[in-house]
Amino acid sequence: MKSECKLLYEECFPVTAGNLEHAGEASVKIKRILKKLGIDSDFIKRVSIACYEAEMNMVIYSCGGSIKLEVYNDKVIVVAEDCGPGIADVELALRDGYSTASDYVLSQGFGAGRGFSNIKRCSDSFSIISEVGKGTKLTLCFNISGT
Amino acid sequence: MKIKDVCKILNARVLAGEEMMDFDIECAFGSDMLSDVLTFARGRMALLTGLNSHQVIRTAEISDIPLIIFVRGRTPDKGIIDLAHGKDICLLGTDLIMYEACGKLYNAGLPPVTRL
Repeated sequence: MKSECKLLYEECFPVTAGNLEHAGEASVKIKRILKKLGIDSDFIKRVSIACYEAEMNMVIYSCGGSIKLEVYNDKVIVVAEDCGPGIADVELALRDGYSTASDYVLSQGFGAGRGFSNIKRCSDSFSIISEVGKGTKLTLCFNISGT
Repeated sequence: MKIKDVCKILNARVLAGEEMMDFDIECAFGSDMLSDVLTFARGRMALLTGLNSHQVIRTAEISDIPLIIFVRGRTPDKGIIDLAHGKDICLLGTDLIMYEACGKLYNAGLPPVTRL
């Protein structure tokens, strides 16, 4: 018999572009929510790190967007969606070490081109859809049973 | 290694988390690149860094890092220190450069995070 996939919690967090001082606040909120739901701490760390990297990418490179959290009994889904400018060469952007970060972003400790590698390492499945002029949508899945 | 021993070895100032002096640290990692910190962080890790920004604290909170050691005499401003309050993150400041601070802790027996 197949077990039912039950939605336990969902919330959408806005992410503002360019503000490095407040960057990461959505991911910290997501971490606290998962903690309150009593989920295993190693699993929470995987989700939090992936969310944080996605949020930093959005703050640094996009025009802003949102991160949606969906918690089910057997998995967590995170959808990070921005409203542009989109990525012209997704394959290149996903390459470990590739970066277009400014000197300011590098001076703040980000922009080493490791973000997508970290997101892939922490998530169980990862998909990216991007269109120049429209935006980028990143969908991440974390299997609770697989932790 | 207890945080109070780290303090003695590095002649460090306690900037936040005075109540955590008896907390046990099991490994360390030194970096100014936060994506590398997010990649390597595990266990009860001490982070040594020359970075002085809000993102250092947020990276520690996301990665469950209990101790941040600011090297090269970098003292974070009040806003950054305040961000660590209530998050079980201890902040220390030392005048030592990264190389010397890491060397002293390594010599005292604190292993790198990669040996955990």
